[in-house]
Amino acid sequence: MKPAPFKYTSPSTITAALDLLAENAYDAKLLAGGQSLIPAMNFRLTQPAMLIDLNRLDKLDYVRVANNNTVQIGAMTRQRTLERNQLIRDMLPLMSETLPFIAHSQIRNRGTIGGSLAHADPAAELPAILVALQGRLRLRNRMRERWVPAEAFFKGIFTTDLAPDEIIVEVEFPSISKGDGWSFLEFSRRKGDYALMGVAALLTVDSQGVCRSARLVYLNSGEVPTVASLATGLLEGEKPSGILFEAVARVAASDVIAPTANIHASVPYLRHLAYSLTKRALEVAHSRALASVET
Amino acid sequence: MSEDHQIIVTVNGQKYQRHVEPRLLLSDFLRHHLSLTGTHVGCEQGVCGSCTILLEGEPVRSCLLFAVQADGRNLTTVEGLSDHNGTEAGRMHPLQEAFWEAHGLQCGFCTPGFLMSLLPFLEENPSPSEQEVREAISGNLCRCTGYQHIVDAVMLAAGNMIAKDGSEES
Repeated sequence: MKPAPFKYTSPSTITAALDLLAENAYDAKLLAGGQSLIPAMNFRLTQPAMLIDLNRLDKLDYVRVANNNTVQIGAMTRQRTLERNQLIRDMLPLMSETLPFIAHSQIRNRGTIGGSLAHADPAAELPAILVALQGRLRLRNRMRERWVPAEAFFKGIFTTDLAPDEIIVEVEFPSISKGDGWSFLEFSRRKGDYALMGVAALLTVDSQGVCRSARLVYLNSGEVPTVASLATGLLEGEKPSGILFEAVARVAASDVIAPTANIHASVPYLRHLAYSLTKRALEVAHSRALASVET
Repeated sequence: MSEDHQIIVTVNGQKYQRHVEPRLLLSDFLRHHLSLTGTHVGCEQGVCGSCTILLEGEPVRSCLLFAVQADGRNLTTVEGLSDHNGTEAGRMHPLQEAFWEAHGLQCGFCTPGFLMSLLPFLEENPSPSEQEVREAISGNLCRCTGYQHIVDAVMLAAGNMIAKDGSEES
């Protein structure tokens, strides 16, 4: 057996899970999909004294619409469920486009949205998507609940705003609206590997084709998902063009992101990847935005 | 030490009741406690795909689940594919037949994982394109075949399974 011994609990209600966590906050680890935690335990990189398995909390598995323009997703909803969900396709197409990039279908069958966000791997896709869409998280402990906006949630590598006694119960995203275009692109050495570089692009145009807002968020470009507002500021109020996209991509790739070299890629190469992916993502997002105002 | 838990799991239609330590991986449980050694263990970190089994019909890595999590669940392993009755060898599944026919394996270590990933895939996509097949097997590593013969086998299986369904209906 590879993992170190631990005590196992599988509460069937959120209240019971929160009680267990409150009583064992510094010894216990929450088990969601387990697709990052269990490998880490197999390597004994982590040796929690107790696992609180959230997989019996069926109540945290849902996708629903609130106030017509907000999508709420239960924290234990599987990535594969989201990938197949028509509501997500219609209201959060950026997320739909991104999900197939997460590992492989066998992993997405277990991996959950809440688990991926709580894990806060800088190379993961869903944290970047949450930040790109400016969603928020509903966190609960035994006493209270609170909402945290995406950008305030991610604090560093594998580090979030979650207190030791808190559980993510829900994640909320604003729906796409008319004039919005989106694109997600990443580059990995093999299909399903962690991406060397990835970018989510959102671009909103008005009926005249003028860019009203734009957003670029990078994964693996720093400790947390990196928002390139310095670069996207160049687009606002302008009629986008290929030359402008090149300028934006250059600023984002050379002045905003802070990728770290690894054995597969040097920093200049990662910046080059960011530049190429950004240019392409902006072009795709722009054409989708234009198509949405034309219809 | 952690205490044992009693679990009841259904594997290939048969119910098993066992006591397990929480840290026992589902892959090791299948192999060492149930002697179902068709499920192979490669990397034990979710990368290679050789331990893929079906959990409630969906392919998952059995090395990234604890046996205790399978309590009350239905599993299918590669042993559940052919229609043998436990005493004598039965007919292979059309997917297995096609792997045999099209040289979809050499050493065979990765094959159970491929089969278990592909079974639900072909149910969902009875006539896939070659590109879709490559996407479907992207989570399984094979070091012998170069994948081409595996893709050939899946295309052959898809064709055979459609022909078989057609002939059963008529």
